[in-house]
Amino acid sequence: MNSRITNRIATGVFFACAALITLVLAGLLGYILYHGIAIINWDFLTSPSSSFRAGGGIGPQLFNSFYILLITMIITVPLGLGGGIYMAEYAKPGKLTSIIRTSIEVLASLPSIVLGMFGLLVFVNLTGWGYSILSGALTLTIFNLPIMVRECEDAIRAVPRDQREAGLALGTTHWHTIKKVLVPSAFPTILSGAILASGRVFGEAAALLFTAGLTTPRLDFGNWNPFSPDSPLNIFRPAETLAVHIWAVNSEGLIPDARAVADGASAVLIISVLLFNLIARALGRFIHKRLTASK
Amino acid sequence: MKSEHSMPTVTSASTRLIKKQKHNPERKGRYIVTTCALLIIIATAAIMIFLTQKGLQSFIGNGLSPLEFLTSANWHPISSGNGEPSYGALSFIFGSFAVTILAAIIAAPLGIGAAIFMTEIAPSWGKKVFQPIIELLVGIPSVVYGFIGLSVLVPFLRSSFGGLGFGLLAGMIVLAIMILPTVTSIATDTLHSLPKGLRDASAAIGATRWQTISRILIPAAMPGLLTAVVLGMARAFGEALAVQMVIGNATSIPNSLTEPAATLTTIITLNMGHTTFGSLENNVLWSLALILLLMSLLFIILIRFLSSRRKYE
Repeated sequence: MNSRITNRIATGVFFACAALITLVLAGLLGYILYHGIAIINWDFLTSPSSSFRAGGGIGPQLFNSFYILLITMIITVPLGLGGGIYMAEYAKPGKLTSIIRTSIEVLASLPSIVLGMFGLLVFVNLTGWGYSILSGALTLTIFNLPIMVRECEDAIRAVPRDQREAGLALGTTHWHTIKKVLVPSAFPTILSGAILASGRVFGEAAALLFTAGLTTPRLDFGNWNPFSPDSPLNIFRPAETLAVHIWAVNSEGLIPDARAVADGASAVLIISVLLFNLIARALGRFIHKRLTASK
Repeated sequence: MKSEHSMPTVTSASTRLIKKQKHNPERKGRYIVTTCALLIIIATAAIMIFLTQKGLQSFIGNGLSPLEFLTSANWHPISSGNGEPSYGALSFIFGSFAVTILAAIIAAPLGIGAAIFMTEIAPSWGKKVFQPIIELLVGIPSVVYGFIGLSVLVPFLRSSFGGLGFGLLAGMIVLAIMILPTVTSIATDTLHSLPKGLRDASAAIGATRWQTISRILIPAAMPGLLTAVVLGMARAFGEALAVQMVIGNATSIPNSLTEPAATLTTIITLNMGHTTFGSLENNVLWSLALILLLMSLLFIILIRFLSSRRKYE
């Protein structure tokens, strides 16, 4: 009897743990969306931010976030795919492979602020680029690379053995099999992994504080020449992203409506990350259905 | 006769199949992917070398005593009239360890409890409902955690415990929520990997579910559960902005949970932009970063040690 009561109590406690986590998530999302949705409108999303007056928007920050994300992914995806192919197909058990594995582990566990400092040292100061989109994107590449490599390696390893053997049985070379059989069939998994990673990059701030900077020059959205200093496309200009902006208005900002701006910006950030998450999930489910013909 | 005639047109199989050795795509592909893999090693090595070199500069170049740096809590980077500037980082080291350990104390039981609920109590629907919840929690950017901490938690703590509201307590709660998903998802994986025979055998000798969980499953999964907690702690130790927004940024060792404090990451975040690159004031921040780097290596060693003790994969 006694052990049965203990059992009931324990079950209740475990349920409470799970329920508490759900409540925390619901509370967080509810709070952000409730406060943020009221702020978000077209004007807020597109008008430039103000450094000391109320009523500024998040237009340039939003653009910067997506632009840095794009550049980061353009660099990360090929590198990560290459690394993943190497680890899945060419790496032999041995010293080199274990060094690569350790490196991936170390890179993945470094605090993002430390990566940001490395970016400051190498990409900002050593190269002389200063606070720039390129410095930020390269730092985020290092931040993202270990995850991308693992993701690609797993995706390629998960390709059914039959497909690989069928490719080789046709007389194609190893590389040709990789290119024409393995990567195409792993592509959907890699894509949904990349979208999930995008969410992570999109919300990252600590690595960008000292690499992409805390300011954005006055941008002329009519000027699409990537070499002109006030062009939004110029990768050598400083760029404050949305996540950095939320931090900056709260800790260093002078604007009187910091709370409202941060509310709106947080909601935009959360909605974007949720969208990345949903797209990746939907894609994963769709592909799983296509490949396995199951529900 | 016939065979003699056709002889010159026959080429060996190897030259027919591999046309030009120079542009062998097989080899080119291999080179490309190997370069990508080597780039990971190069990036890691570069980070180690640059940060170590820069982090040691304040001791070697500026002659700061490492002992004083690590054991003194006297942080006065700008000489305040009555003497030399001093750089004792003990209060930041203390702050980092304090929030990390406190956050783990909250997050470990909650996360492991939720993992047990998901795998043992409601295995049919628990995972389906919780997997997305955990993934969403992971996805929320750290600045958003910090901002909610700042706008909800800090005022709440201020009104219920007095003081400023900023402090260790706020930092620890924000970090605990941030590392909950890490702890939960790895603990779930560990419990999943336990062989089903353990549960069946325990049920067969008449144990209740709680007895099975507490005496069989938790001990069997211990190394994995500890890995989950250590990974969470590693994340907490390195988190910068969310903590910086709620901890209050005082440069002395706090006497209680509700007093403001600072951590290694928060002091770097705050001062990096305001100090001149190359000055001692700036160099000590790199020394703090070196401590962060070494700590994350230590966490990796700890995790490797724990995973070598795992019985069930």
